[in-house]
Amino acid sequence: MLRVIAGSLTAALAALALSACGSDENSGAGPVTINMWAGTQPGGSFQQAAKDCSDASNGAFRIQFNALANNPDAQRQALVRRLAAKDDSIDIVGMDVVWTSEFAEAGWIEAFPEEIASRVTEGMLEGPVQTATYEDRLYGAPGNSNTQLLWYRKDLVDGDPARTWSGLIKQASELEEGGRLEIAGAAAENTTVWFNALVESGGGSILKGPREPNFDEPVQEAVRIIGELATSRAADPSLAQQKEDQNRLAFQSGQAAFMVNWPFVYPSIKGAAEDGDATAKKVLDNLGWLPYPQVTEDREAKGPIGGFNWGVSSYSKNPDEAFDAAACLASEKSQKTYLELDGVAPTISSIYEDEATKEIYPFASLIREGLEKGGPRPATPAYSDVSLAIYSTLSPPVNASKPNAIEELRKNLDKALSADGVL
Amino acid sequence: MSVQASAGVPVAGRGTDGETEPARKQPGKKVMTERGRAERKLGLMLVAPAAIVMLAVTAYPILYAVYLSLQRSDLRFPDDTEFVGLSNYVSILGSSRWWTDLWHTVALTGITVVIELVLGMLLALVMHRALFGRGLVRTTALIPYGIVTVVAAFAWRLAFSGAEGGFVPVALGLDDDPLNSTTGIWITAILAEVWKTTPFMALLLLAGLALVSDELHEAAKVDGATGWQRFWKITIPLMKPAILVALLFRTLDAFRIFDTVFILSNSGVNRSVETVSVLSYNTLLTRLNLGLGSALSVLVFICVGIIAAVFIRLLGKDTIASGTGGK
Repeated sequence: MLRVIAGSLTAALAALALSACGSDENSGAGPVTINMWAGTQPGGSFQQAAKDCSDASNGAFRIQFNALANNPDAQRQALVRRLAAKDDSIDIVGMDVVWTSEFAEAGWIEAFPEEIASRVTEGMLEGPVQTATYEDRLYGAPGNSNTQLLWYRKDLVDGDPARTWSGLIKQASELEEGGRLEIAGAAAENTTVWFNALVESGGGSILKGPREPNFDEPVQEAVRIIGELATSRAADPSLAQQKEDQNRLAFQSGQAAFMVNWPFVYPSIKGAAEDGDATAKKVLDNLGWLPYPQVTEDREAKGPIGGFNWGVSSYSKNPDEAFDAAACLASEKSQKTYLELDGVAPTISSIYEDEATKEIYPFASLIREGLEKGGPRPATPAYSDVSLAIYSTLSPPVNASKPNAIEELRKNLDKALSADGVL
Repeated sequence: MSVQASAGVPVAGRGTDGETEPARKQPGKKVMTERGRAERKLGLMLVAPAAIVMLAVTAYPILYAVYLSLQRSDLRFPDDTEFVGLSNYVSILGSSRWWTDLWHTVALTGITVVIELVLGMLLALVMHRALFGRGLVRTTALIPYGIVTVVAAFAWRLAFSGAEGGFVPVALGLDDDPLNSTTGIWITAILAEVWKTTPFMALLLLAGLALVSDELHEAAKVDGATGWQRFWKITIPLMKPAILVALLFRTLDAFRIFDTVFILSNSGVNRSVETVSVLSYNTLLTRLNLGLGSALSVLVFICVGIIAAVFIRLLGKDTIASGTGGK
């Protein structure tokens, strides 16, 4: 009896071992497989760029695209779980611009070798390169970038929109139709994006150093503006739940005259209009755009910088090929693919001069200026804690109007920067 | 059958240990034969694989979580790992967030389990008494339980969310997004949970109802008891073990509630309904703080352990009582 059991157990183990061996893909000769992990873009531009780069490598590597969730928090969780376990089946990671410090400090991604780094960043805009840099070394090849603009309805707004937040809130509150200013105020990264842009535009910064918060005038002014919008008539009733796409929907269905949002809204509204949505058509026909709103009359705004950088995993079995592949994924050709198929903004200055770009992005020059002047979010390895502290304090945005808002923010940021305490 | 069952109730109060103890000890006192020993050895070997698997997939992770909870351990700062004793627990128990979330969890558990018990009992009675189409009634009633929790939660979210164009706010003429307000998300979460798990409660209670014999009801009817009296004096006391088992399962499940809250709150965005499971998930997987997150998980585990202990104590008394009565 015992022998039978032992025998079957041995057989089962042997079968397991065999199947494990069978799954090794890189055992033969031929191109090296480079596994690229990134969120899916609806237009499939990442897959297309991966294919083009594989073809252009003359058989050196073949990039295998592995899709992550389309929500950045879920992407980060999936990547981090694998990287922390030293998973060598990841070569290239698609990183949101705010992950660089965290991933680099934890040792999950490698710095680019000097030669490749200077090749990658040549002709690139300053803002996006900053987001991929940690302690003066390049940890990612900026693949695409993004900044927010003020979108407004020319048919609903009399004259020019106000240049400042306070002016816009007042202007929107007085409108009879579409008297809303749409912005994402859900307790997620979007609120941190908003808060950081307000602080930067006011001439400040959230952190003094990697571990030290700032509570000077610009920070207080940023909190005040969030509270002002939240308690005004211009606030969407769903403000505390809205992420960027819900803002886009509200704007597209004619509920708001103003919206601060990423440029993805343009192809979306255009698409809806082309599909026969009459309201979206009307919105598109009367769509106007302006730079990110200012905090004060006399200081230019520093809008948020978004986008993706291509990092190379420290656990990659083929780092040389992976760096080459990452550089190719950030090349001019790839960036044009991202722009064409998915409407995401390039990080290479010259692409903005193309007629094709102006066709897709009639507001291309505003985006490029925004990226040159933009205010990146704080570079700290504890970024996710810092962001959590900010958005759990300032969302629902009405929290910002409470007298203890600054005190709460200080308490939570202290916890975040010491990576301690429940948030 | 009727004699056994009816005897169970009056005997319940009497000392039970005296009667059961000798009966329990007898098998242990038997002298083991050669064959008995061999069989016992074989038996142990047969359960060994299952026991080893159980140890590997439950005991090891639990002990590892306890170990991690005593460390300062953060995936992002692997070099900073050090033993910190109970400081993670101190930090959690001293934070208002933990107590808020614990309160959310307890309130959500209490409210949903009570509603589920009442509705589940009604549903069980309907399923039990259905004269025709019994199979159809039972199948229909069980459908919500067969739906994956995440899918069900998404269905409720898409129906109730103002921001995502749900029909409920439109139908009720609400200006505010229900999932945005504290009251709204609580009502939605309670409705979703009750809708989803009442069938499970009903199923367990139905099994209990099957234990109550019709003869007892007929005898009580002859004595002039009303339907209400029969329900409270016959059905409920005889069903007590089944009710306790149903409550135990549901309370344990409800306390660990994650999916419904996580989805309805837009991946944890609306924190006015955040539960302890969601908090520990976020601490572990978003903040990557293994020490703090493990301490949170251990605290949830302890809470669940306390609930289970209380119920098993109640249940133990009860089954022993009715068990003795039957003998």
